[in-house]
Amino acid sequence: MPIITVENLVKKFERITAVNNVSFEVEEGTIFGFLGPNGAGKTTTINILCTLLSPTSGRLFVAGYDCIKEPANVRKAIGIVFQDTTLDKDLTAYENLIFHAYLYNVPKNEMRDRINEILRFVGLYDRKDDLVKKFSGGMKRRLEVARGLIHKPKVLFLDEPTLGLDPQSRTNLWEFISELPGRHNVTIFMTTHYMEEAEVCDKIVIIDHGRIIAMGSPDELKRTVGGDVVYIKTTDNTNARKEIERLFGFDVAEKDGELYMACAMGDTCIPEMIRTMGEKVLSVRLQRPTLNDVFLKLTGKTIRDENASENDSVKEHVRAYRRRR
Amino acid sequence: MEFNAIYVIVAREFKKFIREKSRLFSAIARPLLWLFIVGAGISRLVPRDTGVPYIQFIFPGIIGMTILFSSIFSSISIIWDKEFGFMKEILVAPVSRLSIVIGKALSGTIVSTIQALIILALFPFVGFKLNLLQIISIVCLCISVSFCISAFGIVLATFYESYESFSVIMNFIIMPMFFLSGAMYPIRLLPDILSFVAKLNPLTYGIDAIKHVIFPNEKGLMGPDFSIMIDITIVIVLSITFVLIAGKLFEKKK
Repeated sequence: MPIITVENLVKKFERITAVNNVSFEVEEGTIFGFLGPNGAGKTTTINILCTLLSPTSGRLFVAGYDCIKEPANVRKAIGIVFQDTTLDKDLTAYENLIFHAYLYNVPKNEMRDRINEILRFVGLYDRKDDLVKKFSGGMKRRLEVARGLIHKPKVLFLDEPTLGLDPQSRTNLWEFISELPGRHNVTIFMTTHYMEEAEVCDKIVIIDHGRIIAMGSPDELKRTVGGDVVYIKTTDNTNARKEIERLFGFDVAEKDGELYMACAMGDTCIPEMIRTMGEKVLSVRLQRPTLNDVFLKLTGKTIRDENASENDSVKEHVRAYRRRR
Repeated sequence: MEFNAIYVIVAREFKKFIREKSRLFSAIARPLLWLFIVGAGISRLVPRDTGVPYIQFIFPGIIGMTILFSSIFSSISIIWDKEFGFMKEILVAPVSRLSIVIGKALSGTIVSTIQALIILALFPFVGFKLNLLQIISIVCLCISVSFCISAFGIVLATFYESYESFSVIMNFIIMPMFFLSGAMYPIRLLPDILSFVAKLNPLTYGIDAIKHVIFPNEKGLMGPDFSIMIDITIVIVLSITFVLIAGKLFEKKK
């Protein structure tokens, strides 16, 4: 049974339809990616799943509970890391976590151990008595993820967890997130608009203008844009080209001393080519489509081309202002 | 009701209150200025034969002022929490809205009662001799008035999303509530319309009740305006009403 089920979700804000008839399922123990440009309806969907907003219509279930009828049970079963920091900067890391543990009724005799363990896991144990306002962006994010895990939720929502982080912290955070389902027995529901970050997902849903436009594993989605391109260099390109065209039926072209051809499943056809041509092969490389190519094909624009709306630039402004404080 | 949640909301506020020493100093400085500077100035204008020296007359009002400012400041820290996101952490927790409101109201009550008691401790300098029973009664009144005004502050805070509204609250709510509460002058001296507004002000009854305790035998102009039973009933009824309204307003989803 899926841990999250969304059926025909619609959310309207006055005249604007933010989410338009969206349905999907998330399997337990997986990393699920909810992708789309700014304003596509990702955060709205998360807020409805977290019971912060009520839907205009549709049905939603998280961990077996109805988000509309049993919000209290849903809240117990989930942890959330919002797009903007929701830490109290005037409290220490430890105090932020204690606050959370009390709110979620973590048994008192387990609190201290759980908090210390999770602080070690996110690498902040040495800083636990420092005020959060002294933390870097990456540390705050890790602390928020830690906080979201203290009450052992079944699902952890991460809304744009890497927003505003430098590339190194982003890589670290993703390594850390990809370990979570195995180590903490939790399902991850995340949004991002950095397509390359979605590679860690087991399943992806892409939405644009409030509608689902694609769904599948990263590999499946990439295959929809026409598969891989194989580049091959041989001792005798002219003969090799004829041979490949005759044996495999590919359209082969040559560029800069390399033969190249589109083929649906590059990873399986490379070994075959090498088997037939033997030692004549000097080098082989495979170029795979990226999730950005997928998005480009589906929407005619890359995900980050989107002009930031006025609202977003205001948000950015506020964020920058807060970071300076 | 979730007692763990109420406890931790109060503990957070208290911890921050202790940490920010400057907040306490400025909160104490304001009533001192009014009591010893404004009070000293105005007392020269007030005839001596009113029964109660002016500086003693305003003492209950200055305690009320301390409660008013610190309770409302404490409650509208909710607006800060909204602006800086922390409110979301509380709102997604499996905690009823009523517990959040009660936790916040109790936070304001504790912080505000502490400050009111610091001012109360100055009573010998104003020329009062209070007995233990009077002091205990005033402490109880401070707690209930603080709770009432804190709960009112929460209702207020639910209407504002950003801290820019702070000066609006300050100029159009806090200051009029202070001036129309019988703190600086008896409300029966006010023109009808203003005296009507003063009667809608919860702080009026809180200050009136403290006057009952401090000047038990004063029946004249400077004495209390209502019976103490009315004062206490109104404070309690309003406290409950504000908590319930705030709970409902928190419940509302977009």
